[in-house]
Amino acid sequence: MAILIYAEHQNGKPNKTAKELASYASAFAARTGDQVIALGFGLTEPEELYRYGVHKVLNVEDPRFADFNARAYAEAFRQAADATGASLILTGQTADALYFTPLLAGLLQSAYVTQVIDLPESVEPFTVKRKAFSNKAIAHVVLKTPVKILNLAKNSFGLRENAVEGTVETFAPQVDDGVFEDIKRVKVEKASGKVPLSDAEIIVSGGRGLKGPENWGMIEELAEVLGAATACSKPVADMGWRPHSEHVGQTGKQVAPNLYIAIGISGAIQHLAGVNSSKNILVINIDPEAPFFKAADYGVVGDAFEVVPALIEKLKKFKLNS
Amino acid sequence: MKILLMLSVVPDTTSKINFTDDGTRFDKTGIQFVINPHDEFGLTKAMQIKEKTGAELHVVHVGPKENESVIRKTLAIGADKAFRIDADPRDSYYTAAQLAEFLKDKDYDLIIAGRESIDYNGSMVHGIVSALTGIRFINAVIGLELEGDKVLVDREIEGGKETLETRLPLIIGGQKGLVKEEELRIPNMRGIMMARRKPLEVLPPVEAPELTEYVKFEKPPAKGSVKLIDKDNLDELIDLLHNEAKVI
Ligand SMILES: Cc1cc2nc3c(=O)[nH]c(=O)nc-3n(C[C@H](O)[C@H](O)[C@H](O)COP(=O)(O)OP(=O)(O)OC[C@H]3O[C@@H](n4cnc5c(N)ncnc54)[C@H](O)[C@@H]3O)c2cc1C
Ligand SMILES: Nc1ncnc2c1ncn2[C@@H]1O[C@H](COP(=O)(O)O)[C@@H](O)[C@H]1O
Repeated sequence: MAILIYAEHQNGKPNKTAKELASYASAFAARTGDQVIALGFGLTEPEELYRYGVHKVLNVEDPRFADFNARAYAEAFRQAADATGASLILTGQTADALYFTPLLAGLLQSAYVTQVIDLPESVEPFTVKRKAFSNKAIAHVVLKTPVKILNLAKNSFGLRENAVEGTVETFAPQVDDGVFEDIKRVKVEKASGKVPLSDAEIIVSGGRGLKGPENWGMIEELAEVLGAATACSKPVADMGWRPHSEHVGQTGKQVAPNLYIAIGISGAIQHLAGVNSSKNILVINIDPEAPFFKAADYGVVGDAFEVVPALIEKLKKFKLNS
Repeated sequence: MKILLMLSVVPDTTSKINFTDDGTRFDKTGIQFVINPHDEFGLTKAMQIKEKTGAELHVVHVGPKENESVIRKTLAIGADKAFRIDADPRDSYYTAAQLAEFLKDKDYDLIIAGRESIDYNGSMVHGIVSALTGIRFINAVIGLELEGDKVLVDREIEGGKETLETRLPLIIGGQKGLVKEEELRIPNMRGIMMARRKPLEVLPPVEAPELTEYVKFEKPPAKGSVKLIDKDNLDELIDLLHNEAKVI
């Protein structure tokens, strides 16, 4: 039997999500004896996945797949699942995977569960733990079909090395040209040079307490010193101080970095819903009664306009000495 | 032009979540149910298109009778007609199968869903509907422009956005950005009065399998208490982040 994972990549290199999926699959395979197979589209460094326990990489080299196309990717996965006899398919919490995986689940008529946070608790019945109600609960769900599909919540399992000997094969899915014609990309806009929110290990986030967009210089500087991405609360995006793509929370992006730094954010329940899976939370707020402190690991009560510049200076010194 | 909103009904965002029957069932006591926030952006977009083109707007919801007050709200905001498929939407595939069956003999040009329901955060139903019906689908939509038969759709991607060109009929998974926050509609008195006379048709469910089953719920473990660091002692903070949390 086999476990099939989606090897998403950036410029041909498997990304962190792909490695996390490989780690998960490999840990599960240790229990079941399954083979771990990765499917990617235009990988140039597929071998990186062997380190995380992938035995075989199926690489689609057909140039029609170079641009992401959800329907075509779902078709490719269906064919790969058939070809490999996969009983478990894993994808990650990325924009593309969340788009094509439900299509795949519909095509295969397979049980599909998102927001999965841990290895299956039991194989028979096949039961997994997932987040639900915007992180306010954990649910135990049974998947009842022979082929099962899981979407793993970001940063929930982590990277675990387990090097194996692997092979790469070219995989050529049969997909009609019409599928690629049907929905066509005409433009892409990506913020360059900045750490994307979804991959960030550290996120520096600002709220209405920062008073105005002109005060974001120190937020960006703090992010730069830490190699972090920047985010914001909903009203900050609504008022146009920051782009919508930075809005985190229940109705914005859900993030789970190793460190989330909340500056001048009160910690409303809808904000917490999107960030409280973070491994560590540091809150900087002038009001000791701010609800965010209850959800934080570390807190500094103080004026952001004093604390943040001081923190930047100290971090710069720390980085120089380490 | 005909538009359909696939409506998910969810607990209000401020709800305290509890479970009964030994953690096997979500406790609805005291919970206020609302239009799923992502669907709300879609509803407003639909109203804008309706006002511009004279399109007809229908709403469909798979759920119990008690959700009709929320369905009525979409009628009060301006939808013309609603359908409720009388079933418990416990499983995404089952729910999607109901919606796919509903769509079989219809001719909607644009089908608007949300990126995800904020209760189970599944982000699945609309995608499965697309697979089952073959209607093309774009997810995480933050902008939509109709130019005759052509549609330009902005989709959020990792670290940015892309513009896709496609045609109707189309299913979208909408989210914030589809319309501006201040454009969101709330029902007014006249709308509420009119909604009472608008049709809300109840349809029986069709046979479909449930592929998943929720067997138990629990609350996540509570956070330990926060470590407060004096603002004049930020060296301690850096030390904690480096040596204890190991994040810098
Ligand atoms: C349906 C719905 C969905 C929502 N979804 C989201 C969501 O996804 N994400 C989200 O963020 N919100 C969401 N909200 C809004 C949420 O309820 C809050 O209104 C919002 O999070 C508050 O943003 P804030 O903390 O930046 O602002 P405020 O609540 O105004 O808090 C500002 C904070 O800054 C502090 N402060 C002020 N001055 C300083 C200073 N000099 N130094 C340090 N601290 C200072 C204050 O003490 C205060 O705690 C949603 C609301 C609804 C109804
Ligand atoms: N019970 C339902 N009835 C009608 N549409 C639904 C239902 N559940 C989900 N949807 C639609 O599918 C989208 C994604 O939902 P979900 O898969 O539950 O996260 C929602 O935003 C709705 O547009």
